[in-house]
Amino acid sequence: MADLVSHPDEVKVVSQRFGKGAAAMDRYLELDGYKAVQKALASGPEWIINEMKASNLRGRGGAGFPTGMKWSFVPKESAKPKYVLCNGDESEPGTCKDRLILEHDPHAVIEGVMIAALAVGAKTGFIYIRGEYRYLVDIMRKAIAEAYARGFLGKNIFGSGVDLDVRWHTGAGAYEVGEESALMESLEGKRGIPRIRPPFPAVVGLWGGPTVINNVETLASVPHVILGGGEWYAKLGTPKNGGTRLFCLSGHVQKPGVYELPLGYNLRKMIDDVGGGIWKGHKLKAVVPGGSSVPILKADEIDLAMDFDTLMKAGTFLGSGGVIVLDDHTCIVKFCLRTTKFYQHESCGWCIPCREGTDWMKKTLVRFHAGGGIKRDIDNLNYLAENMLGRTFCPLGDAAAMPVIGMIKKFREEFEAHLEGRPCPFEEHGAAVEQLPVLA
Amino acid sequence: MADVTITIDGNKVTAPAGTLLIEVCKSIGTEVPAFCYYPGLSLQAACRMCLVEIEKMPKMQTACTVPISEGMVVHTTTDKVRQARKSTLEFLLGNHPLDCPVCDAGGECELQDMTFSYGAAESKFMEAKLHRDEQQWSPVVFFDRPRCILCYRCVRVCGEAMDVWALGVQNRGSASIIAPNEGDHLECEECGMCIDICPVGALTSGAYRYKTRPWEMKHVGTTCMHCGDGCKTTLGVRRHETGMQIVRGDNRDKSGINGDFLCIKGRYAFDVTHSDERLTQPLVRHEGRLTPATWEAALELVASTFKRIRDEHGGSAIGVIGSNRTTNEENYLLQKFARVVLGSNNIDHHRTADFPALAAALKNTQVRTAGMRDVFNAKTILLIGNNPTDQHPLLAWQIRNNVRLHKARLFVVNAQDIKLHRQATAFAQVPSGSEAFAAAFLAGNDSVGESVGGDARNALLAMRQALKGAEEAVVIFGSEIRGAQVKAAVNLASALNAKIACLGDYANSRGAADMGLYPDLLPGYAQTSSEIFTGHWGALPEQPGWNIEQMVNAARDGQLRALLCVGSNPVVRYNVDPFVLQKTFLVVNEMFMTETASLATVVLPAACAYEKSGTFTNTMGDLQVVKKAGDLAGTKPDFEIVIEIADRMGFDVRKLVSLGGGTRADMGQSRGAQTGEADRHAVWLEAQNLEPRMTPFDPAAVLDEIQRLVPGYGEASRLNVAAGNDEHTTALEAGQGSATSDPDLVVPSEDTLFTSGTLGRYSNTLHSVIESRRKVPADKKTPV
Ligand SMILES: Cc1cc2nc3c(=O)[nH]c(=O)nc-3n(C[C@H](O)[C@H](O)[C@H](O)COP(=O)(O)O)c2cc1C
Ligand code: SF4
Ligand code: SF4
Ligand code: SF4
Ligand code: FES
Repeated sequence: MADLVSHPDEVKVVSQRFGKGAAAMDRYLELDGYKAVQKALASGPEWIINEMKASNLRGRGGAGFPTGMKWSFVPKESAKPKYVLCNGDESEPGTCKDRLILEHDPHAVIEGVMIAALAVGAKTGFIYIRGEYRYLVDIMRKAIAEAYARGFLGKNIFGSGVDLDVRWHTGAGAYEVGEESALMESLEGKRGIPRIRPPFPAVVGLWGGPTVINNVETLASVPHVILGGGEWYAKLGTPKNGGTRLFCLSGHVQKPGVYELPLGYNLRKMIDDVGGGIWKGHKLKAVVPGGSSVPILKADEIDLAMDFDTLMKAGTFLGSGGVIVLDDHTCIVKFCLRTTKFYQHESCGWCIPCREGTDWMKKTLVRFHAGGGIKRDIDNLNYLAENMLGRTFCPLGDAAAMPVIGMIKKFREEFEAHLEGRPCPFEEHGAAVEQLPVLA
Repeated sequence: MADVTITIDGNKVTAPAGTLLIEVCKSIGTEVPAFCYYPGLSLQAACRMCLVEIEKMPKMQTACTVPISEGMVVHTTTDKVRQARKSTLEFLLGNHPLDCPVCDAGGECELQDMTFSYGAAESKFMEAKLHRDEQQWSPVVFFDRPRCILCYRCVRVCGEAMDVWALGVQNRGSASIIAPNEGDHLECEECGMCIDICPVGALTSGAYRYKTRPWEMKHVGTTCMHCGDGCKTTLGVRRHETGMQIVRGDNRDKSGINGDFLCIKGRYAFDVTHSDERLTQPLVRHEGRLTPATWEAALELVASTFKRIRDEHGGSAIGVIGSNRTTNEENYLLQKFARVVLGSNNIDHHRTADFPALAAALKNTQVRTAGMRDVFNAKTILLIGNNPTDQHPLLAWQIRNNVRLHKARLFVVNAQDIKLHRQATAFAQVPSGSEAFAAAFLAGNDSVGESVGGDARNALLAMRQALKGAEEAVVIFGSEIRGAQVKAAVNLASALNAKIACLGDYANSRGAADMGLYPDLLPGYAQTSSEIFTGHWGALPEQPGWNIEQMVNAARDGQLRALLCVGSNPVVRYNVDPFVLQKTFLVVNEMFMTETASLATVVLPAACAYEKSGTFTNTMGDLQVVKKAGDLAGTKPDFEIVIEIADRMGFDVRKLVSLGGGTRADMGQSRGAQTGEADRHAVWLEAQNLEPRMTPFDPAAVLDEIQRLVPGYGEASRLNVAAGNDEHTTALEAGQGSATSDPDLVVPSEDTLFTSGTLGRYSNTLHSVIESRRKVPADKKTPV
């Protein structure tokens, strides 16, 4: 279980029950639990969707799609059952927020799923939890059982005449099944491989029925929007970027942790004030602001408001809220290798550019970082990444390509410093860190 | 859907909205390369080879998944597109072993072709490639992982199109691998479809691996010699010490009635042609033993004996048993020989379906016969009896894929729970033997309800209801229904306004029937007194002759003094007591020393269907060409053997094979005549101012006569047939037929996917598959 941190600049909305024992039903009820869903039941689908639209809540899973709009895409009439699917596969390196929600406030997730279901007319919701989060599965299982026991789930919830079921499901350990269409495949018991889109899940999703897919944090924010009102929530953030979000500040800061800050909070301030500055008196070198897949920012590029639109303009993404801070003792080549290894390991292998591209990038970087690099490798790496970007079946290929392109572009001299058998300048003993697999 | 107009590289194209962009591109000759896209299989969007630019879309799009919409502007030749294709090839070649010089697919490989087009020739990487050793999954399927580009075509064709689901994908990322779902081996239908559809040399055929290179073969498009469905097969033939050797069977151009399909027999069981057990020398019984003889001596003995018996005892002392596997021309010639030369109506063949009864039942009805292509396009299919998955693999494929791709409704009535039940809208299991009652019941005859029993009756009742108003229906029935009962199937077809088909078992069973290998029917199911034939052939024996059973009885009584048995094994098929034939002068034309051949006085080594020319008619009545792929030294086609015997009996062979007036038969030219050769030869001779001397061994001359005389064959376009297409014939609709033509003589072959009558016993491939399946514990066997 992770330690909780806090900072005065925090605006606690989705994290307001953290550390308060709200995983237990009674405590959750004391803390305004299950009020939002009753309000939603009383107000009807149209009202819910309007509030959601007004809140400017954008998906916290990475893509930042406006949640209210997503819900409104679900057709009113459908021959096949509709579903809500909560994406708790949280696996993007640098991202560790959904786990806190699932641990400290599981009922908020259930409540969010219920409200989404009411909004779109679904009778069943699924909460899909990352395979490695076993301990959270137990918490969620208990929470769902409690909700059933109280009559909040099942037949005729809250005496409203509405039937609503929520089930949990666990993954088997694949980053790729966090991608929404692969997530559906996985939930249906198939290999975790994305689907062709369109059709989008809101129209053709689980077992062919219209399906709303949202991130854990997105759904856990929903009850707060419903209770506080869309307008109130929107005002917490910046225009078009409503509310607050959990930023996972990690890396070389003094006080790493998950902080809830309003959207639009300044990145430099986040590192210096909230994170207490760079550790060990080192200097800042770079920041990856939205989970390991987004393009890197150099130390002088971080005077930015942390919202979706500002970061996009700066050539990167707000992504999943994972802010990875690197100090000036960090070898970018090694960081690039570490990142690439992850995507190589997680590529589902379905499409050619990602399957082969990640593999060759990794192989090349392993040798390169160990001192076996030649000048052409740098261009080759860039070539591989450029030819993956925008051409793969799902965004994992982009996620693997963007960091490499960004790091080569911004830190080319560090790559060049590794050439011609020179040892990594950042390794204390100068020795190769990775075993050379082939080259003598 | 409404038509929309889009622009592809500046050209305006109009096509129905929703058509896949890749298909629209193809229709105007714009190549969009594709590995994973395969028409008729589910979309994958996996290979990314087909990326094109579409205006107003930020990223390149996969042409294989984008449905076209009005005003779309597409670019397929931009630098960006070319670069995407090139880099995809580079990605693929990174881990590719580049063993093209020894790969079976070399020269026929889509990866090679693409690399040639987009030039991804530069090596960029230095790390080791991922390697895995080659695996053997079954006697006929080998897998070379390093060559695999993971297009998933094999997985889909096996699952979606074959409904076998033997293959899957294991692991993820660059470790992904195609693998059998049974672990390290296949338990499947061994159709080889996965090999055929593989765009590269990753899946290779046990029969063909490392044998030759595609450009070293001659490719001969012919018709498969095995079951009654008549798949178009392309034989790859290579020079060999025994003459020519067939090394591969596939369906390269996919233009046949079978489209993509071939079953194990079509693909591999050509190996009977070069079986060690092929007979290559005539044998004459000498002091009780079959001893090698020259063709001269053997033919002379046969001809003089036939002549003597005919002259002394009359033609009725001689019998002829024809074949299900010889060509139409040979069958026609054989019965004409029997009737005209021997003066005997004692002619029959191994019957596997009651075609005469169907012809009789079709009289005075509007019901037409269905061709194989109809089965793929019908909206409703009613299958009564038979198990097509085993006995008619192509038919099963057509039915399955019609249901899958066109949403046809399939209704199955069977005594067994056959595999096609999976595709069926409704299934009725009826007691064995009550199939005809079921048909009658479905046609509305309530009185037969009792005969099928309670549960079946209810199922049939529901089926009858569901069939109401069925459109474009086809009724297909197996040999379970025969004799007078066939009328019930025809009545049902009539009630449903459906076409009809009857299932016989071997490559030319239908041809044998259509060509009159019956004691009581002339070609085209005509009465023995039919003037069509007497008018051309002169007087014929009027009384119907003996059928197989009667011939055997007559042999026992010493009345059948001679019997010519062509490509048939009645001793096994009709359980003939070997001693019965002791007194009969038995001549057997055979490929192998079968049970029947071993009793013969004279055995004449016969060429098989891949060693001669002519036509076959499949069980649905589709006429197709049989082309000669090569020949085996020592053998002769049955066509030629019959002519030679007639000639030696002193018969004017011009009356057997009408060569047109004024020409002289050149008896010197014999082996190797190919269809149309005589015509070409004549044209050349005439052009050289030489007297045309035609060979009587050209089956095309007999096909001329068939088309002139046999009702239902005249309309078939020769050009089309010669070009390797199928032409539906209608002898069943046109002929007289007979409802009482001894239904008990119908003996279905009961072949499985891995057997093919007597012939199949000589296929090493079929053997090895049967053997390997035997090793699998019974409870583990996948039902076929
Ligand atoms: C490779 C990949 C992995 C992803 N993993 C996650 C994940 O672990 N959790 C998540 O919520 N969204 C993940 N996403 C984003 C989802 O596809 C989807 O956009 C999101 O669940 C939608 O929810 P939201 O609108 O609430 O953000 C991933 C996307 C990709 C391409
Ligand atoms: S980009 Fe392709 S290989 Fe990579 S994870 Fe997505 S579908 Fe799989
Ligand atoms: S041989 Fe046919 S049945 Fe067997 S795996 Fe290949 S496609 Fe499937
Ligand atoms: S074996 Fe052949 S058909 Fe199957 S996935 Fe590999 S390349 Fe494609
Ligand atoms: S053909 Fe379109 S992605 Fe493979």
